[in-house]
Amino acid sequence: MDINLTLIGQSISMILFVWFCMKFIWPPLMQAIEERQTQIADGLAAGEQGQQKLDKATVDSQEILDEARKQATGILGQANARANEIVSDGKQDGQQERERQLSLAKNDIEQESNRARDELRGQVAQIAIATAEKILKREIDAKAHKDILNNLAKEL
Amino acid sequence: MATENEHGPITSGEYIQHHLQNLQVCKADSGDWIWNQCAGNPMAINIDSMFWSILLGLVFICMFGVAAKKASPKTPSKFQAFIEIIVDFIDSSVKDTYHGKSSLIAPLALTIFVWVFLMNLMDLIPVDWIPELSKMLGTTTGYDQLYYMKVVPTTDVNITFGMSIAVFFLIIFYSIRTKGIGGFLAELTLHPIAPTFKGPGIIAAPLIIAFNFILESVSLLAKPLSLSLRLFGNMFAGELIFILIALLGVWQLPLHFGWAVFHILIVTLQAFIFMMLTVVYLTLASEEH
Repeated sequence: MDINLTLIGQSISMILFVWFCMKFIWPPLMQAIEERQTQIADGLAAGEQGQQKLDKATVDSQEILDEARKQATGILGQANARANEIVSDGKQDGQQERERQLSLAKNDIEQESNRARDELRGQVAQIAIATAEKILKREIDAKAHKDILNNLAKEL
Repeated sequence: MATENEHGPITSGEYIQHHLQNLQVCKADSGDWIWNQCAGNPMAINIDSMFWSILLGLVFICMFGVAAKKASPKTPSKFQAFIEIIVDFIDSSVKDTYHGKSSLIAPLALTIFVWVFLMNLMDLIPVDWIPELSKMLGTTTGYDQLYYMKVVPTTDVNITFGMSIAVFFLIIFYSIRTKGIGGFLAELTLHPIAPTFKGPGIIAAPLIIAFNFILESVSLLAKPLSLSLRLFGNMFAGELIFILIALLGVWQLPLHFGWAVFHILIVTLQAFIFMMLTVVYLTLASEEH
């Protein structure tokens, strides 16, 4: 346990080791640590920013989706209404057309029947005159009974 | 004596003595190299302490040097991360205490912490392994002086004093650098009791200065002394208890384990205290009053 030259030897080796550490070990290690520190900090900041952007984008996309859904619902409603309108319009038109055609047909039928009736009347009158002529040729003068025959034809 | 104990049973006193003897070399007056007979010779060198101390210093340099060479801001390997955790721990400890800018103090603290830790760690190797190996090597190769081998450098007071004296010179250097030689001397002489240089008080001034000087010198010298003796005392006592436990036969196994577990704490704590006190002393030295 005596003090001897070992003391000096230890002091010298300590100075050498500390010098080596100071020159070649500490600076590169600290530099690497600090660089990594900034990188990690940057990375975390970027990650946070990305997260914020993602959140914002999610909210935006939801809004857009809601808007689109609303629009689609509106368009669908309009289309339905239009379709109903078209169908009801068509029904009305059809009704009108049918009625028109019906009335036309009725008119035609009436005219035809009137015409037929007139013709028939004329023919009946002629037949009646011819019959009466035949009868009267034997009994009366055709001229004297003309007004009676005409009256008769009118009544028919 | 090496040759006397080589054969026959050794007493526990001799066993302890053997473990506490350094492998020493010195030059006799006749000019011959003498091994292990150098008690009291100030020119002797403890070969074992120097060998293990420098070897462990090189271990530190290599480990951290490899890490420093591979240092890059990319993702670190596990070894790299381990080294950087230690460096970061030292860096934050130093920054908590020392607020100035110094490219020396942090590397100094790192070297002290890791080196002292490694030297203390040698205490956990079972006390007989390396000495017995060395003894066998000595007898087989003919170098009988290898009979003595003290493995833990920090149980050698020369080693702890060697480091604390380097720290002591750094304290003086930092003091003079911040305060100048005048400031440093003023701190030594004018500090606890301020002498008056006006009026009749001037008669008492030399006395007060002498008193201050004695007081301040003691407190200055106490710094390296306490620094080295604390480490030496702790490690020497721990080593001694390991040696005593080793004398117990079979019962040494549980006891050795228990003491070794407790010693892990002491090993780390003493390395940390040595480092922290060095930083504190250098901080005090570089502060203006």
